[in-house]
Amino acid sequence: MKKSVTMALAGNPNAGKTTLFNELTGARQHVGNYPGITVDYKEGHFTRKDQEITLTDLPGTYSMTAYSVEEIVSRDFLTGRKPDVVINIVDASNLERNLYLTTQFLEMGVPLVIALNMIDVAKDRGIEVRAEKLEELLGIPVVPIIARSGAGVEELIGRALDVSSSDRIWSPKDISYGEDLDEVLMELDSIISTASFLTKTYPPHFTAIKYLEHDDQVLTQGQKADSIVAQQLEQKIGTVSDHLLKTMDVYPEAIIADHRYGFIKSIIRQGVQTHKFDTDRLYTSDKIDKVLTNRLIGPVVMLAILFGLYQFTFSWSELPVSWMGSLFGWMGSVVDTSLPDGPVKSMLISGVIDGVGGVLGFVPLIMFMFFGIAVLEDSGYLARVAFMMDRVFRTFGLHGSSVMPFIVSGGIAGGCAVPGVMATRTLRSPKERIATLLTVPFMNCGAKVPVLVLLIGAFFADHKALYMFLFTMLAWLVALLVAKFLRMTVLKGEATPFVMELPPYRFPTLRGLLIHTWERTWQYIKKAGTVILGISIVLWALMTYPGLPASQQDIFAAKRTTVNQSYPESIREELVAHKQGTGELSEKGQQLQEELTAIDQEESGAGLRNSIAGRIGTFLEPVSSLAGFDWRTNIALLGGFAAKEVIISTLGTAYSMGEVEVDASDSLGERLVRDPHWNGIVAVAVLIFIMFYAPCFVTVICIAKEAGSWKWAFFSMAFNTVFAFLASLAVFQIGSILG
Amino acid sequence: MIEINLREMKKNQSGTIKAVKVSGELGRRIREMGLVPGTEITIQGRAPLYDPVALRVMGGTLTLRNNEADYIVVEVTEEG
Repeated sequence: MKKSVTMALAGNPNAGKTTLFNELTGARQHVGNYPGITVDYKEGHFTRKDQEITLTDLPGTYSMTAYSVEEIVSRDFLTGRKPDVVINIVDASNLERNLYLTTQFLEMGVPLVIALNMIDVAKDRGIEVRAEKLEELLGIPVVPIIARSGAGVEELIGRALDVSSSDRIWSPKDISYGEDLDEVLMELDSIISTASFLTKTYPPHFTAIKYLEHDDQVLTQGQKADSIVAQQLEQKIGTVSDHLLKTMDVYPEAIIADHRYGFIKSIIRQGVQTHKFDTDRLYTSDKIDKVLTNRLIGPVVMLAILFGLYQFTFSWSELPVSWMGSLFGWMGSVVDTSLPDGPVKSMLISGVIDGVGGVLGFVPLIMFMFFGIAVLEDSGYLARVAFMMDRVFRTFGLHGSSVMPFIVSGGIAGGCAVPGVMATRTLRSPKERIATLLTVPFMNCGAKVPVLVLLIGAFFADHKALYMFLFTMLAWLVALLVAKFLRMTVLKGEATPFVMELPPYRFPTLRGLLIHTWERTWQYIKKAGTVILGISIVLWALMTYPGLPASQQDIFAAKRTTVNQSYPESIREELVAHKQGTGELSEKGQQLQEELTAIDQEESGAGLRNSIAGRIGTFLEPVSSLAGFDWRTNIALLGGFAAKEVIISTLGTAYSMGEVEVDASDSLGERLVRDPHWNGIVAVAVLIFIMFYAPCFVTVICIAKEAGSWKWAFFSMAFNTVFAFLASLAVFQIGSILG
Repeated sequence: MIEINLREMKKNQSGTIKAVKVSGELGRRIREMGLVPGTEITIQGRAPLYDPVALRVMGGTLTLRNNEADYIVVEVTEEG
């Protein structure tokens, strides 16, 4: 017995691949209902019959061509790593289309087991699939399963293990492509076999078919391997293509596809599939679509659903958010009373608790939002949104599938641009992809939402939901216009196909939703716990050091002494006692306290201004004040280059340092409203800058990775910041004129 | 029996695909989803702005844009 058996899981998108993967490995991973949601292949381990098994979840594909990243990833895995068994998961309720991929696995000659999934769904639709007949006709094991409930899965693994341990030699299955092509294929086969052309990677017949299909990846590999043979093959194909086009008006690839489907149809007609009742019957899913994608009702329902998501998120999470606020407030006061004054206490309160608390405080809100998005995603509704929105997106040079990255990034406020940028991999045209990944960071991600909530809550408290909605719409508008601009300038080019599947509506499972919600929330928390903690401390240091020079400290100390001496001894003692928690303050005592506090504020204000961050902020103020930002805001915005989560904590730190008294109940929002530098117009200008300026570091790194060059990452940082500044400048200037 | 362009088909109209006259990526995307000669299709509906179009094919639902539907010739029984 082998040490570890390697298995690969392959199949169409929405065939239940990820569900089966989770069932087998118990992996906490995303179950999507959108074509191509799992782009990276994921690995899991499990043991059956004392046999260790490594299972790889390949991205969902419809075919084995080389058009999308998913297909190339799958194909390279199968030909390069050569797994012991490939489990091809096939949707029994959509057998014909699913078997198209199977025919290509057969041609590749990979050791195959078919998992005939969703036999229950098929049965409900009156479709009966006879697995044993399919097994007999294809000559490979076929096991009916229900991935959702786990039924049949043990048998599937048993059969797969049998295949992996058998000595059967897997020869590619040849399908007839009609007289004309079969003759050509035979000639190509012999050329390829004699020259051992690419035979280490692909079986000769597979290479021949790929040449006829004009597969770019194989053509390139061929050129590299042996340019003389490649030339010879290409020449032959050229002649055949011309001949076919002239005589029959068809392309060779069309004939190949037709015959593959012909092969599938002939198998299905031999008693594999029987219909119990009329196939034209409307399924529940279609009935729902009659309403939800109706040309008039559909968009209204869509807007209502998206708006409902807001109400759900913001009103339901209000209470848990306030609990988190009190928790961190309490932690701050505990540290305040139990530690002596000094840099450690200052760092713990201003750096750690305020910084991390500012981020974690919004965890409940983000969980509610992710839960809502997961419902839309897992039910299949997001694909309908793509369908309804494609016409609009195409107008801006994007693709209906751009909806997904946009929504994940925060199109329905509260996502994250990092998975959003990664989700653009499902887009096939490089130009639409780059346009999408450059504009998704404009969306209101989970880190920007707290800033929006804070400022909207502080300055527009009476219309919170409305303003949130308006700012989300603004993000969309700006992102789309910028996309159009990019597609007309640096990213000119044709539109890519929109041939897409609308998966049947499925009732999301609670387990799936919870895994999904928890995964994204955990990502957010991890970011808060690690990156943000580090940045928070660094920023605290930047804002604390070098501190005030001794000469200035002496001036403040002298001021304090003067004030203290202007009051009688008894009042001073009263204040000391009060600080230790005993005794009420008299009117005079309060007066003394206020005067001393004013001096403390002045001192820490001067200290912050003298710090490294303060110097940078002050240096930028002459320019930034044109858009209404003072030096404190500048410090927070500088922090936001690293991560948007830092903006709130930095503002918090900046303002709590300006007010020595650590008062937990006094929220940052209230502090800002009281600050003379702030008003509604400044709030809007700041919000607009935060929404559109340079993406956070993590996103920038993802952009570089996904776009394949740092050029786009730098472009995104520079372009976005200039754009955002001009936009907020316009808002502030026009807003100030209009009053 | 007449042959028309998929774009011209009306909602709920059914027909059989006669030809897919396009090669390259678009051609392959169309074919791999089962839109090949001999396949029966029914127009399920259109998006709010009349584009893209949703079809019922082999028990599933597919969508494609009007300018992509232009390449697909369909045989229908009567004028919709």
